[in-house]
Amino acid sequence: MGSRTPLYDQHVALGGKMVPFGGWDMPLHYGSQLEEHHVVRRDAGMFDVSHMQPVDVTGQAAKPFLQYLLANDVNKLAEPGKALYSCMLNEHGGVVDDLICYYLAPGRYRPVVNAATADKDLAWMQDRAAGFDVTIRRRDDLAMIAVQGPNARTKAEPLLPEAVRRPAMSLRPFHAAEGDDWLVGRTGYTGEDGFEIILPVAEAESLWRGLLEAAVVPCGLGARDTLRLEAGMNLYGQDMDDATDPLSAGLGWTIAWQPLERNFMGRRALQAKREAPDLPRFVGLLLTGRGVLRPHQRVLLDDEPVGETTSGGFSPTLERSIALARVSPDAARADELSVDIRGKAVPARIVRPPFVRNGQAKIET
Amino acid sequence: MSNMPAELKFTKSHEWVNDNGDGTYTVGITDHAQEALGDLVFVELPEVGAKLAAEDGCAVVESVKAASDIYAPIAGEVTAVNDALDGAPETINSDPYGDGWIFKLSAGSGAADGLLDADAYQAVVDDEG
Repeated sequence: MGSRTPLYDQHVALGGKMVPFGGWDMPLHYGSQLEEHHVVRRDAGMFDVSHMQPVDVTGQAAKPFLQYLLANDVNKLAEPGKALYSCMLNEHGGVVDDLICYYLAPGRYRPVVNAATADKDLAWMQDRAAGFDVTIRRRDDLAMIAVQGPNARTKAEPLLPEAVRRPAMSLRPFHAAEGDDWLVGRTGYTGEDGFEIILPVAEAESLWRGLLEAAVVPCGLGARDTLRLEAGMNLYGQDMDDATDPLSAGLGWTIAWQPLERNFMGRRALQAKREAPDLPRFVGLLLTGRGVLRPHQRVLLDDEPVGETTSGGFSPTLERSIALARVSPDAARADELSVDIRGKAVPARIVRPPFVRNGQAKIET
Repeated sequence: MSNMPAELKFTKSHEWVNDNGDGTYTVGITDHAQEALGDLVFVELPEVGAKLAAEDGCAVVESVKAASDIYAPIAGEVTAVNDALDGAPETINSDPYGDGWIFKLSAGSGAADGLLDADAYQAVVDDEG
């Protein structure tokens, strides 16, 4: 049996189909994954993401420590309340995890890491912290609910505590407001507007119930996966891992190469890979033939294997199958590829993710 | 609780078979199977005229979650396929024993007699937990 979030009983009461995920028992869906997907694109849905792990990094050296730990540069966070997406790399340039780091106050940051990797990440961070004046604290006293969709913020507004309500409603994307131990970020993993709300465990159930009453639809991991895939967002452990560098996973944009003197973990290894001529390309695929793309199918160019899909599935918005794939530089320039689906070469076209943003198709089908 | 019509026969791999009484047999997947698979988004049908041995993989249903093979419950020749599923695979979710049928086979009389009845299939489902 896996760990249970503070909302476990709610999921069961709502008919959630509970499945193991990253050491947790989480809802896959509450009836129809497709309906949950559409409601997030068209109205408002909510996800219990309390399995994700907030970590508070505090102390005099919090900033220089994170500048060393992360491939993106927290120096970009000019004022408190800004957030940054980054990879945390190992010495070989492989991705230990990807995370969002919130800047709360001078000397106070909150990275939020993935559930399945939380123990590994904490150990990794502690080991790297030697010599830095920082405290790293796992915040198991916090829950996390994502409210996503075009109507998500409006529906969530009356449920936010006074201390954070007004600042939350005027947040720009990738900013967060803190108050009464709540942290409300205008962030998400769906390609829609919305909030990710980090709050005390004791208050999670009342927020969840309030959102239910406001007709925000509970959504499971299944919809979360198809939404993030349409949004062209990577999933750790599937699109990249300890043995994959961010350049090969479409995450080159998250690496802050400047300033040159910032010596972040993995920089040297990454520099060498960056100059390699055969560096794989990370692309989007639209299946033009019949079938459904899945992770780890072979990508073919003129019947020769040239890479593989890393994430793939049916896009409910496009009503077509889409994938993210790692392919050779030559293949990335081809007009037409195919994907080996159960021994059959099915034609596919290279497209540039995102596939869908804010309810709208971003690629031609 | 899954629905299991008593007049049908079933397989351990979650297909159902209806003996149409005219030498043809209709095949689909059970209510339990569609529920476990989740929303269906694609069906690959067999070809009419294909000659199948029992337990041949002959069709594929794909849900939002995964692909799943459909096996021929009995030997026979495919006489019809449900083309309507092509644009509406979700029919299998909404009506697995009716409009969600997948294909028809021709086979001798009594060909399905050795398959599981509803009670025996219920036991298979219960065993899966």
